[in-house]
Amino acid sequence: MKRRTLLGGTFAVAMFGLASTALAQQPIKIGMSMAQTGGLAGGGKASLLGIEVWRDDVNARGGLLGRKVELVVYDDKSSASETPAIYSKLLDVDKVDILFAPYATVPTAPLMPLVKQRGMLLMGNFSFQVNSKVGHDMWFNNAPWGPADSWASSFLDLGQKAGGKSIALLAADQEFAQNLAKTAREVATKLGMQVVFDQAYPPSTVEFSGILRALKAAKPDIVYVASYPPDSAGILRAVNEIGIGDNVKLFGGGMVGLQFGTVMENLGSLLNGVVNYNTWLPEPNMYNEGTKAFFETYTKRAVEAKVDPLGYYLAPYGYASGQMIEQAIKAVGSLDQKALAKYLRENTHKTIVGPITFAADGEWKESGVVQAQFRGIKDKNIEQFRTPGRQVILFPAKLKSGDLITPFEAARK
Amino acid sequence: MFSFELLLDAVVIGVLLGCFYAAVSIGLSISFGLLDVPHVAHPAFLVLASYGVYFLNEHYGVDPLLAGLLITPLFFLFGLLAYRLYYETFEKRGSDAGVRGIAFFFGIAFIIEVLIILQFGVDQRSVTADYVGQSWRLGDMRIPFRLVVAFVVAVALTILLTLYLSRTFMGRAIRAVAQDQEALRLMGANPIRIKQWAFGIATAVLGIAGALLIIVAPVEPTLDRTYIGRTFCVVVMAGLGSMSGTLVAAIILGVAETIVLTLFGASWAPAISFAMLLGVLAVRPQGLFGRRS
Repeated sequence: MKRRTLLGGTFAVAMFGLASTALAQQPIKIGMSMAQTGGLAGGGKASLLGIEVWRDDVNARGGLLGRKVELVVYDDKSSASETPAIYSKLLDVDKVDILFAPYATVPTAPLMPLVKQRGMLLMGNFSFQVNSKVGHDMWFNNAPWGPADSWASSFLDLGQKAGGKSIALLAADQEFAQNLAKTAREVATKLGMQVVFDQAYPPSTVEFSGILRALKAAKPDIVYVASYPPDSAGILRAVNEIGIGDNVKLFGGGMVGLQFGTVMENLGSLLNGVVNYNTWLPEPNMYNEGTKAFFETYTKRAVEAKVDPLGYYLAPYGYASGQMIEQAIKAVGSLDQKALAKYLRENTHKTIVGPITFAADGEWKESGVVQAQFRGIKDKNIEQFRTPGRQVILFPAKLKSGDLITPFEAARK
Repeated sequence: MFSFELLLDAVVIGVLLGCFYAAVSIGLSISFGLLDVPHVAHPAFLVLASYGVYFLNEHYGVDPLLAGLLITPLFFLFGLLAYRLYYETFEKRGSDAGVRGIAFFFGIAFIIEVLIILQFGVDQRSVTADYVGQSWRLGDMRIPFRLVVAFVVAVALTILLTLYLSRTFMGRAIRAVAQDQEALRLMGANPIRIKQWAFGIATAVLGIAGALLIIVAPVEPTLDRTYIGRTFCVVVMAGLGSMSGTLVAAIILGVAETIVLTLFGASWAPAISFAMLLGVLAVRPQGLFGRRS
């Protein structure tokens, strides 16, 4: 009997030991959905590759809390209707430890109530103002947008300094672009500018010649465009064909798509003169510790994976999301969501895109958005965008790498 | 902000845009209009053709229009195969073929999308040619060359197809099969072979229409979804199966869309196609140029 108990005890201890070793060897799961198909897939794939590069780096360093890091990723097809179900599955079936948000505003917006209700930390991924109404105190956006109006005010400020007094707004009829247009309207009123043209075009618009002809007739000094990738190309093509008028001093602002390698390659010389928002650019002041090494790895893997070969816009920020979570987990020593959120909220985080500090709403305390002007771009050459001076940074002052060339028609030449 | 100049501009651009719509819809006018095949994969075939053109232009420097012509025979064969598959698996089996056929073609459309993504990635693609990005100055007006190309090609396609369907033996057989398949069978002809041939032609036309698609604007793998509504709208509004009707309906649609876009506000433009379709169907259920059955 005694022997039996001893044996049983030994067995129990051995099992317990095995179980705890197994737990220690279980990976830390980071769950997310990401656009792999649909309109946002170009960005989604680049962003995911950035996160994957971080995962491989952190695992090469031995993982976190002695455990490997694993990504659990589903394709949300760029659709807002897919994400709530995917994130429920990530939480209830896959039982992930940390949540990263999908790329972009539209797929992220419907997740916010779910994540808040479950008390989960959510590391945002380039969505714009999704937390403004929900007020989740465990939301942190990796995108450098900063305060809501900083985007429009940096552009309009440049326009005003160039002598602009009137503005035309052309925005896609869609959540993200309309948010941008709304802040631009408010900033224009604050700056005492006259809005002479204000139109929202449907996302299915094929041909922009007609709209641009009407815009040209309004004779604005500044043209603020908030568009999505397929439209950005259509708009610039039409501008090149029918012209925009000699009085336009500044053109661009919020055109999504002009940050992606293949779109820039396709548009080539049509980009010249456009001043547009951006995040990371290969200009001298933009490099931090690890940035160069990251792009060396990324570029190699992007070619194999048929993903944006430049990857400036999203990929380093995906990597930065990982870096921030890594620092938080290391500092806190556990996966406790509240403790991680507290750490992220109260500290400045060192990343490859520079130091990041969060404001109370989970957006960057200080905007890191740059306004840059395309210069000397030639057709069909993607490699030219790796050289400094092709996208000259005009704003903010601390990153500035050149002055605005104006008017727009002169800058296009 | 109304001005006569803007209106004139809108009409000219609208006519050109309408011709482009006609070119991308005319294949559907045969497959859906004449053959009653619920070909919802038509725009996906179109996008596939654009990628074919992109491939030839990018790697071999072939002019996009010429590339469109070069892939036309391949698309003809592809059409023959697609119809045979549809016939064997769906049409042959009975009366609810139409509904199940929609599922079949949706499936094909998704497969095409995924194949394009696997082969070319998800990014936008465009072509280079002398007439892309240039415009023609006419007084104060500037007309993009790419739209002029679309205009010329659409008109040529309409004339060719109208002549083919009315003057050739096979063309008349296609019209006959559209009117009464059983009568044709009684005369000893095989309606399925004729339908297969016609579907091949409807798909072959997409070779050149796909070239126009990528000339007019850059393409991406899921672009077909934008065109489903528009192409079906044009074909139904024209009256099923009328080639010249397709051109006229597309021009009406293009002009209406551009006038609304330029003068009244861009948000209303997509509603115009469907409002006009509803209006036309209310007054003439057989479409603008369709015959009452």
